[in-house]
Amino acid sequence: MFIRSAEPWLDGSTLGEHLEESGVSRRSFLEFCAEMAVILGLGSAAAPSVAQALEAQQRPTVIWLEMQECTGCVESVLRTEAPTIGDLVLDVISLDYSETLMAAAGHAAEKARADSMAKHKGSYLLVVTGSVPTKEDGIYCTMAGKTIRQHLEEAAAGAAAIIAVGACAHWGSVQAARPNPTGAVGVRDIIKNKPILNIAGCPPIGDTVTATVVHYLTFGRLPASDHEGRPLFAYGNRIHDQCSRRAHFDAGQYVENFDDENARRGWCLYQVGCKGPATYSPCPITQWNQRTNWPIGAGHPCIGCTEPYFWDTMAPFYQRLPEVGGFGVEGRIDSIGATLAVGAAAGVVAHAGMTVMHQIRRRRSTNQLPESGSPSSGETNDG
Amino acid sequence: MASTKVVIDPITRIEGHLRIEVQADAGKISGSWASATMFRGIETIMTGRDPRDAWAYTQRICGVCTTVHAIASVRAVEDALDITVPRNANIIRNLVHGMQYIQDHVIHFYHLHALDWVDVVSALSADPDKAAALARSISPWPNNDAAHFRAVQVRLKKFVGTGQLGIFANGYWGHPAYKLPPEANLMAVSHYLEALDWQRDVIRLHTVFGGKNPHPNFLVGGMASAINLDETATINAVRLADVQGMIRKAKDFVEQVYWPDLVAIAGFYKEWGAIGGGVPNFLACGEFPESDPRDLKSLYFPPGIILDKDLTTVHEYDHKKVAEYITSSWYTYDGGDDKGLHPWEGETNPKYTGPTPPYEYLQGEKKYTWMKAPRYEGKAMQVGPLARMLVGYASGHADIKELVGAALGKLQVGPAALFSTLGRTAARGIETVLVARKMEDWFGQLIANVKAGDTATFNKDKWDPSRWPKKSQGYGYLDAPRGALGHWVQIEDGKIARYQCVVPSTWNCSPRDAQGQMGAYEAALVDNHPLARPDQPLEILRTIHSFDPCLACGVHVLDAEGALLAEVKVQ
Repeated sequence: MFIRSAEPWLDGSTLGEHLEESGVSRRSFLEFCAEMAVILGLGSAAAPSVAQALEAQQRPTVIWLEMQECTGCVESVLRTEAPTIGDLVLDVISLDYSETLMAAAGHAAEKARADSMAKHKGSYLLVVTGSVPTKEDGIYCTMAGKTIRQHLEEAAAGAAAIIAVGACAHWGSVQAARPNPTGAVGVRDIIKNKPILNIAGCPPIGDTVTATVVHYLTFGRLPASDHEGRPLFAYGNRIHDQCSRRAHFDAGQYVENFDDENARRGWCLYQVGCKGPATYSPCPITQWNQRTNWPIGAGHPCIGCTEPYFWDTMAPFYQRLPEVGGFGVEGRIDSIGATLAVGAAAGVVAHAGMTVMHQIRRRRSTNQLPESGSPSSGETNDG
Repeated sequence: MASTKVVIDPITRIEGHLRIEVQADAGKISGSWASATMFRGIETIMTGRDPRDAWAYTQRICGVCTTVHAIASVRAVEDALDITVPRNANIIRNLVHGMQYIQDHVIHFYHLHALDWVDVVSALSADPDKAAALARSISPWPNNDAAHFRAVQVRLKKFVGTGQLGIFANGYWGHPAYKLPPEANLMAVSHYLEALDWQRDVIRLHTVFGGKNPHPNFLVGGMASAINLDETATINAVRLADVQGMIRKAKDFVEQVYWPDLVAIAGFYKEWGAIGGGVPNFLACGEFPESDPRDLKSLYFPPGIILDKDLTTVHEYDHKKVAEYITSSWYTYDGGDDKGLHPWEGETNPKYTGPTPPYEYLQGEKKYTWMKAPRYEGKAMQVGPLARMLVGYASGHADIKELVGAALGKLQVGPAALFSTLGRTAARGIETVLVARKMEDWFGQLIANVKAGDTATFNKDKWDPSRWPKKSQGYGYLDAPRGALGHWVQIEDGKIARYQCVVPSTWNCSPRDAQGQMGAYEAALVDNHPLARPDQPLEILRTIHSFDPCLACGVHVLDAEGALLAEVKVQ
């Protein structure tokens, strides 16, 4: 690992100088860059340009603000594979404020943030986890005697860009699920004049956060994003299209109940409620916790946690997506996959995916709780 | 010295938003107030949903103690629907929860608590050779060598030399309450960095069985990860070997790094065995069932109540004796704010009466927190590792007695020292060693079952709601890393009618009740508690962190008419 150096990254020196001083081999640095280039979707051929850009960068200041949240997103970043959190904090960035990790508390902590924000005004990266409660003038989340909304507005004012990490910072997540008792909203609903990137998920994969920071360091701007502000390098594809169990969907091979014979063969989880067909996420590609596994890989259906409002639109989690009937395929559920396998072009699949998204949003807009019931009570209940 | 008002907000290195205010007189704390400053209202969202989904929502109560609310939730629903999970599912849950204990406690010790005792700057002046000699004298850990410590020190020196101190900026370095010699500080800083890498490796056990961490997946009726030795996409020998490796790696680190470090560091801070005891009553709901969570006799950590530090008697724990007060909390009760209500009859009408932000002080306010005040038979209680170890010790639990006795012997202190800030921190380490050893037993049971042909992980008998009674209710307990947790669910017509949680930090972080009794944090801070420099409140962090606070939220359920359906505090 190129970052595990005994040398500090001196304020003002470039990464290239830092590495040279640290005695890091060119080869291990390029290996790291190749890995990052692949994660960022650039292809390994882009490794030299990633390396060139990284070497010219200075160690950037990051302010991490925690709002109305469960701290799971912070924990997820603690699990990153490359760079590790230790390397990230000591060598890659200057993490000048993080409630979870910092030594100082109270006034000393607040002063550390204020000093850093003043010194690096206009250039620091603001990472935000958690939502902003808007009801009752924001008294549902305060820190140091001020509302968290005020903290966010102050921190955003001097930020070069904002990375909203996790479903809470994206759109409010579980506390914003119906009926949203505290009026929780995401960062984009409060801050309108800064570039904001949403690292979606509950929580997102820590390495996606790291890769975004590296992208920002490498290219001096946030990566391209979709209509939800999610970086395309991570959220550009549906789970369904990248799923290791997709062949079983296409072949009409479904798990009908947990731990049945088909579950023990690793077949498709669509029929027990998988939301992979309506979810854009890097899970199947990068997987979780040093590529150990991912939810579908461990036999549980995807709950769609990278999609906005999934607590209302994707639940009940064990009910299969009835909208898949929107494919226009009539009849037995196990014929859908087979039909797709024979006749569907990628474009049709993408279209179907968008149809599902549209219908899910429509369901949410009616503000009705999805019907509870057994997984076999869906619209395509004849399989 | 005049009385000084001290505010610490935010308390950092915890989960959530906690504010502590104290009155300090002549180097001692004379008054204290603990305030939870965030409210989310998660349980409101539960009503009307599919009970099989509840674990996913409630797991998001906390991402630091991930898994615990999910397991308590599936236990509550399984209790309501009378579902017995297969033995393998219970074992897998024990393994997942056990690894949560281990990883969570080690992270707490090194990354949340250690900087209260370890002066990072002092480590710069350590002699790496002497540090290695010290470390080798307490442990055979391979990285306890001079070259490794020297590399860490060089890295640290130059990091400090950059002037960009990041998370270490503005720490209370050089405070007179730091007592470790530079070599011990260097050893601890080295292990701080090692633990960061170690924790992400061992927690992958959650990912094998639950697909991810934080927030792995669970399932009412069992676990979703099917076992089939002859498939690639299931739990097979490759996965099991990986798990076995993680269990070994976890145990090695706990036995050879965490525990020896804890004992060594505690040896320099023995006076903290007489500081910060606070509430003298302890509650444990018990944890780690052998096969069925309803078989309380089979729990590895026994349930029970200790009153007034009396270790000669363990009282039976009965959740019906819990009542909650909101005298000092930002809620109202229809029958008057001085009443105590059992959670089943609880009501919650959030009503903020504090000062308009920005504000300077909450002390002096009649109500000052989003946290309610649960009491057991009217008494304030402590929950957590110390409560579990005291209940086990007093119950005659062989493993606990042996290890607690060994720890007291090494530190040359008596059992009275357990009732303290140091006691809470030591108890956490003791139970981590016990769980780390127990993991091998559970893993062995899983292997034996599979070997004998039992690969079942899910009971499908009651999966379909058509097989559920029209009405049912259930209780799911879980003695989580931070203490006793309970989830209560009522199910009607296939949907959640009422959902309720009582959470460890509600007990410990509770405010004053109707009788004026303080909660555990507050009582600890006024129990022989020093504060040398009000502008550098290091001692307060020690005691608050010894509880491992987890503040994520306090929650309540109202029906459409505004009448109370259920009430829950979560944090």
